Amino acid sequence: MKRFATQAVKRILSGSPLYYSWLVVLLVLAGVGISAYVKQLQTGLIVTGMTSYVSWGFYLGNFTFLVGVAAAAVLLIIPAYLYDFGPIKEIVIVGEILAVTALLMCMMFVTADLGRPDRLWHLFPGLGILNLPRSMLAWDIVVLNGYLFLNLFIPGYIIYKAYNEKEVNYRFLLPFILLSIPWAVSIHTVTAFIYNGLAARPFWNASILAPRFLASAFCSGPALIILLYQLVRHYTSFHVKDEALFKIAEMISIAMALNLFLLGAEFFKELYSDTHHLSPLKYLYVGIGGKGRLVPWVWTAFGFNVAAFAIFLIPWTRKSFVTLNLGCVLIIIGIWIEKGIGLIVPGFIPATLGEVWEYAPTTLEIIVSVGIWSIGFLILTIALRIILPIETGELTRYTHPVRRAVAQGA
Amino acid sequence: MSDEIISRLNHSEVSPLKYDGEISHSSLEGPVMDRRTFLVGAASVLGMLAVSACSWEEFIQNNFQRMTKEEMEHTIERLGEEYKAKYGRDFVVGVEGPVDHTLFGYALDIQRCIGCRRCVYACVEENNQSRDPQIQYIRVLRFKDGDMDLEHSTIYYDPDEVPQAGYYYMPVQCQQCANAPCTKVCPVKATWTEPDGIVVVDYNWCIGCRYCMAACPYMGRWFNFTDPVIPADKINTVTHYLGNRPRMRNVVEKCTFCIQRVRVGKYPACVEVCPVGARKFGNLLDPDSEISRIIRTKRVFRLKSELNTQPKFYYFFAS
Repeated sequence: MKRFATQAVKRILSGSPLYYSWLVVLLVLAGVGISAYVKQLQTGLIVTGMTSYVSWGFYLGNFTFLVGVAAAAVLLIIPAYLYDFGPIKEIVIVGEILAVTALLMCMMFVTADLGRPDRLWHLFPGLGILNLPRSMLAWDIVVLNGYLFLNLFIPGYIIYKAYNEKEVNYRFLLPFILLSIPWAVSIHTVTAFIYNGLAARPFWNASILAPRFLASAFCSGPALIILLYQLVRHYTSFHVKDEALFKIAEMISIAMALNLFLLGAEFFKELYSDTHHLSPLKYLYVGIGGKGRLVPWVWTAFGFNVAAFAIFLIPWTRKSFVTLNLGCVLIIIGIWIEKGIGLIVPGFIPATLGEVWEYAPTTLEIIVSVGIWSIGFLILTIALRIILPIETGELTRYTHPVRRAVAQGA
Repeated sequence: MSDEIISRLNHSEVSPLKYDGEISHSSLEGPVMDRRTFLVGAASVLGMLAVSACSWEEFIQNNFQRMTKEEMEHTIERLGEEYKAKYGRDFVVGVEGPVDHTLFGYALDIQRCIGCRRCVYACVEENNQSRDPQIQYIRVLRFKDGDMDLEHSTIYYDPDEVPQAGYYYMPVQCQQCANAPCTKVCPVKATWTEPDGIVVVDYNWCIGCRYCMAACPYMGRWFNFTDPVIPADKINTVTHYLGNRPRMRNVVEKCTFCIQRVRVGKYPACVEVCPVGARKFGNLLDPDSEISRIIRTKRVFRLKSELNTQPKFYYFFAS
């Protein structure tokens, strides 16, 4: 263990100038974010744009998006472990690390949104009171932590074996892998149910919400993974076959088709029945009474999603890296808007007594959020820096810590 | 940045009308003196968390429903001291329990209400709501005659005199639902329905997630986005633990039918102040009470009854 710690620290601290500058940038942004958060703790949530009308905002938008990213790891796990698709099986570990990072960021976003983080212990079963089975938020805490455990345990075990140059016992691991598949679905379903179960908010109180959550998650998560794999294989000796990336892109096209179809179904129901339930959708897409802060955002998201769908549908553009990466970026931005502020804010507009009161995040809210994203990237960078060489067999307990690390560079 | 938001919040609230000229309150200068020790603890996932303005005893305080008698007495005593230090006055922090065979209900006569908003301000004064930023539990909606569409209603009306021709008024506050969505969603059971039907919040147990606010169909819940400010000479020192005792920042609060009053046999402040007697209050379990008689004999309805929240707050037409 001590040996591993030494090796790990050495690897984290040694690298190219590019690696160092990346770390410094992230550390600075994280530091600024943390100091903004301290300001929020000292003053109260009044420093955010949230009000008693729109009582959730940017933080929970990012949270919801990231739960989707975490859940999407399952799209790698299924082909890797169940269908034994070689090119993905070799690289599935990166997806699992991304899931862990996304989950940690989710927890940070929820904590940032919490008025009284000093009372977090009220949630701990035994010590506090976790309102099970009634509260969906309580369920979400259970499933997110369970998923975090599975995604730490499965790759953790594989890495441990690889580090010690021992064989992985897949018979032992299989039940955990199988469990992680429905569990991934559950985290995004339960997160959807948090909003879905509220009869007071017609925008969320539609059965289509959980399926739409999953469909959009299976677009944005894999898109992020495709970009991450290209970065990883560019900067490390970790090998990722093109075949694996194209397979993931194919899955995105299906998920995006489903996502757009469900959006269409939602549009039809609301527009054709034309009840008061249409109001939030109207606010989101055209604005109500001259108030429509989200209109340009949601149309951007719509345009990006449709464009990305076309890119991923056509085999030629899907298999050209320029268009593939463009599609990934479009999807990530599109879904981040759609499943972020585009989902949370219209739920509150019009307010339950009919008032249209708008929301926009404050600068402080954005700084805190950038800080959390930076901490996430920091965790991801450091985790990959230690885990990838173990996975490729370059770093084991028998490796001389200094010589290899230096020889490796960045 | 925060100043801008505070003014924005204030702007969202309505001003009192010139009904008797006495309702508006003067400008505030709340000295937020805090002699309590500041505890710095590492409690968040970030590994760093400054638990400002929170004493150790406050930090470990139990949920009200789980407190032993000694814990309760100890807590009440400590809170009394805290409030005295902050406002320089002696407080009563009551813990009166529900009375047997009592289920509180409320009825509001839409035909009589004149939209004067006296109830709004009587409530603020009785229940120690923050004056800056303002929190008001009661929202008086104004509708055009012939329409009851919430999206067409407004709380922003400011005529020289009320009622105005062509309009009618409908005050909305916590509807004290029998099937309350807000208590269901709370992840820590910081809010619950008492045996006498009052939905209450333990301000010291609330974690400030605001899930209940998203769940409430009536805007019955309000959040202290910063330290509430109440001038010391305006504070009501007769309080209840589950009611109008002073709150802290980043927790949720709501109407409790004036639990500090109704549990000792008084009417809620809004009932008492209403100049036209539009507000009725009483025991739903007593068939001879005024409230029971109204529900039995008048045309009544409950707001958003399609949501099956089963409010114990009825609207009625007296004639």
